[in-house]
Order: sequence, then structure tokens, then C-alpha cells
Amino acid sequence: MSRRARRAAMAVAVLGALATACARGDAARAPAGAPPRFAFGSPADSVLITRLDHDARPDGHGLPPGQGSAAQGAAIYTARCAACHGRSGSEGPAPALVGGDAWGNDGPPAVQTIGNYWPYATTLYDYIGRAMPQNAPGSLTPNETYAVIAWLLARNGIVASDAVLDSAKLVAIRMPARDRFVRDDRTGGPEVR
Amino acid sequence: MNDPALSRREWLAAASASAVAALVKTRADAIDALGRQVLAPTDPALGHVVTVLGTRAPGEQPRRLLGPLELSSQSYSPLHLLDGIITPADLHYERHHGGVPSIGAADYALLIHGMVERPTVFTLGDLKRFPAVSRLNFLECSGNGKLGFDQHAAPQLTPQQIDGLFSTSEWTGVPLATLLREVGVRSGASWLLAEGGDSAHMDRSIPMEKALDDALIAYAQNGEAVRPEQGYPARLFLPGWEGNTSVKWIRRIEVTDRPTMTREETSKYTDPLNDGTARQFSFVMDAKSIITFPAYPWVLPERGWWEVRGLAWTGRGRITGVDVSTDGGRHWDAAELQEPVLPKCAVRFRHLWNWDGGDAVIMSRAVDETGYVQPTFRELAAARGTRTFYHTNNVRAWRVATGGAVTFEPGALA
Repeated sequence: MSRRARRAAMAVAVLGALATACARGDAARAPAGAPPRFAFGSPADSVLITRLDHDARPDGHGLPPGQGSAAQGAAIYTARCAACHGRSGSEGPAPALVGGDAWGNDGPPAVQTIGNYWPYATTLYDYIGRAMPQNAPGSLTPNETYAVIAWLLARNGIVASDAVLDSAKLVAIRMPARDRFVRDDRTGGPEVR
Repeated sequence: MNDPALSRREWLAAASASAVAALVKTRADAIDALGRQVLAPTDPALGHVVTVLGTRAPGEQPRRLLGPLELSSQSYSPLHLLDGIITPADLHYERHHGGVPSIGAADYALLIHGMVERPTVFTLGDLKRFPAVSRLNFLECSGNGKLGFDQHAAPQLTPQQIDGLFSTSEWTGVPLATLLREVGVRSGASWLLAEGGDSAHMDRSIPMEKALDDALIAYAQNGEAVRPEQGYPARLFLPGWEGNTSVKWIRRIEVTDRPTMTREETSKYTDPLNDGTARQFSFVMDAKSIITFPAYPWVLPERGWWEVRGLAWTGRGRITGVDVSTDGGRHWDAAELQEPVLPKCAVRFRHLWNWDGGDAVIMSRAVDETGYVQPTFRELAAARGTRTFYHTNNVRAWRVATGGAVTFEPGALA
């Protein structure tokens, strides 16, 4: 490549990078004289990422292998969850997980539970697997987590009482409240919504 | 002055000052603007020497108000005991989902991974080395003010109890956009998952647009390190958005092409409406204001001139005006706004009021640069129904009774 051609190629590359930065709206934020990268920080290896990355999404991303039955879940729930959420999942004092009134024409349910308000079953894994039980977060194995979820969904009448759940079955569940949820539809202007 | 002896004129001046002091002393029943008994000035005793850490005056001890003593709980800023707009860091409201973790600076790291070219771990030192930005911004829990939207709320409620999940600080940190440029966001990425280092590992999905706009990874608050209960060593800070999205003790950001649908953004921080839908990702805090004086529990000791004072804010940008009514909403006057009026920041408003001593209902309404006017209870209830829990920003009112007792007036303009 000639010197002139190399220069032209470089100019195109710089312009492209600038255009990308502008499109993202962050060009103005970089202080004058800032390099494209500071290269502070250390590369993250896959071991670290695997250790920290435990979220689970509706498309199944992040759900681990394993399975559990509602029957197994009943025993785990009694041992690990019932002290806060109540014997049947609705007594509290922690938020009710089971039951709640239907979402009728007279407004949304006053008591919001997994059965009447949670739009995605995978959220149960994302949350329970990482944050529950509150006194020992993250201590349930994947099999135990699937089992507790199976029991909770069975108690809410969403799966059969003899259901066995794994990642594929969890992703396939259509929650009753799924179609209720809409993205923020406030207009950003004078309208009160 | 070289001559220690007093001139006659100086002596007379000093004597006259003493006489004034004596007069004040005789008025032991004098009361100040906040209804407290004013003690006469005393001759100063010898003071104490310099100290490495200052403390508040013994008689000035504002406190947060605590919710339940549980891992998932909250505490409220004493709005009625504060002036100006800055919340002292130790009085900033709290909302935790898994308690306050103890994380040392040396143990802290932020991982950014997912749809990026270079998954990277940043230490606290790394974060501080990047070009920094400081901004004055409010932070408000989207659950702030549910009592203000309750027609049957008790009248014995303070501004702290009604809207105390609201505070304002100067936040310093590195723009998240800078970090995303470092790691190289891949095309197609449109969301982030932000996760905390608390025991709940509380997580929220954040649109890329906000991350590149004004999001900070903040490590300082009001000039000092962020307090543990505010996310030490570092937190996400999203100006103008519901507080829950400003994930504290942030330890992981995963760049994605879709929201994760975490518990907090599905079953909790969403708005079930009367039209049968539940509004999701309702991030922006709409305009709101509250009079912090006079308000319960203050008692106005006498009729006459009083300054109505309060706070206004909007997550959409700048407050452009605050109207105050002292006759139950029939007439409104423009309040004075204390400069500077900053975007996504609290504004102090003030309005002189000559109280005639009779029963009066006072209230304020904020207007922001988008033309949005803080709604009445009736307007908000008509738009959303009354079973919605978050984002309740209707006009708050106080009743000043004959005799000066001030109480909350629930359901004003219903």
C-alpha cells in the first residue's frame, strides 16, 4: 500500500470510529486529548466470568443443567423457605408467593403473587438461585432450585402437582400475567399517564 | 487595635450591645421561626480546640427514620429538618434488598463482560484513574410517596414519612460510557444487566441508551467516599431514574441484546394500571414537589409573615416553576426558585406568606421543562387507578389550623 493510500485508509478508519462514537452519543464525554482507550483494568478470564455470571433470562440463557420435581420441592420449601413465606406460601411475613386475587375488571390484584403477577417463569430461577433463601443466598443447588420452582408453580396451578422442571420446561412455561406487561408508555410531555 | 482601653464611643457601643443582650435575655419566651423557644445568648465559655472530625451541634441531631429492621428495608431522609438541596451523606435515604455488605476497597472489582470485545475487571484504583465527572443529582426511590397517594393516610405524617425516600448529593465517578468504550461494545448490544455485590445480588436491566447518556459509576458522594449504605466502594448512578436502577455495590455489568427480566423489573418495580396492563421499565421519575415548612410537626406560633419552603424535582430535566397555593388550590402564585436550577436535581423553592391566623390548606405543584405539571390526586388516579404503588407524585398539601398546628392533608384535590 502506498503512503498516500495508507493515509487515506487511516483517515477513513478514524472517521468511522468518530462516527460510531457520535452515534452512541459519548463523543462529547471523552475529555479533550483522551485516547481511544486508556487500557486501564485487567482482562477478565472465563473462570472469573463463570464464577460471577449467574443470571437467567427468559430465552434460557444462563439456566444451568439439572431438574427437580414439585414433590421434592415441597420438602425443600418446608425446610428452607416456609419460615419466612409461610407454610403454604401465602401466610408471610415475607411476600406471598401463592394465590392472590384474580386480575379482574375492577383493577389489578391487591396481593401480587407468582401466580397472578410474575410474567416470566425464568425470573424465579434468576432470583431464587442467587438471592434466596435470604439467610443463605445462593445455597440451593440447581436441582433444589428447579424443585422449589416446580412446587411454587404447582401451588399456583401453573404446572401439574407431579411436574418435573428443567431449563427447557421452565422456558416453555407461559405465565398467566405474561401479556399484561407493556413497556413504559408515558409520553415524556405534558400528559399525565 | 493597639490601645486596649476603650474609647468613650466604643464603650457606649459595647454598653448598648449589652443592653440589647439584656433585653433579649428578658424575653425568655421568644420563639424562633420553627416554633422553638429561643434562649438568650450567653457569654462564651472557653472553646475547645481543633478536632480531626467535626460533629453536629448537640442540639441539632437530625436522624433518618427507620423502616423494619430487616435485610430488605428502608430509611427516610429528614426532609423537614434540612435546608438547601444537599442531603448530608449520613442522612441520605436507604433502600436495601439484602442488607448493607461490608466490602473493602482492596476487595472490590467491577466486571464488565457479555457482548464486548474485551471482558475487563476494573479495580477501584482503575475506576478512579479514568477522567472523572461530578454532578448534583437527586435520587428517589420509585416507591417514595405512597402515603402521599393514600386518601386515608393519617394527618400526623411528616415530610420525612411521606417523601423521605428522596435525597440529593454531588456524585463523582467515571462515566459508564467511558468504561463501555474501554471494553468495546459489540454491534447489536442494546441492554446491560447491572448486578450488585449485596447478598441479594440485586440486578436490573438498563437500556444501552441511558448507559451511554449520563450513567456514572460513582465512588464519591458530597466530596468523600460513597458511604457503605450508598454502595461503597462504587455504585451505578442513573440521574433522574427510579432509585432501584442505580445499583449499589456494583460488581458486574453484562452487555446484552435484551432485558434479563429480573425480579425487581417484573414482579416489583412495575406499575399495574386500571386499564389491565402493568407498565414495565418505567424508569423516569416525573415532576414532584413537597412543602417541607410549614408541615407536620411544626406549629406556627403566631400569624404574620412566614416563608413557605419546599423541594421540587423532575427526572426529565429542569424544573421551570413551582406554584404555591395557600387557599386549598383556588389560587396559585409562582414561588421563588433558588439558583442554580440544575437538571435532574432538587430545587429549593420559597414563597412568602402572610398568614391571617385562620384555617388554611397550603400546597405546591412543580412544572418541568417538558411542560409536565405535577398532577392532582384526581388526575393521577384517573390516569392510573389507585392500586399502583410506585411513581406517585400527586400534589401534597398541609392544613394549617387556627392556632398554628400543621397536619398532612391526605387526598388533596381528589
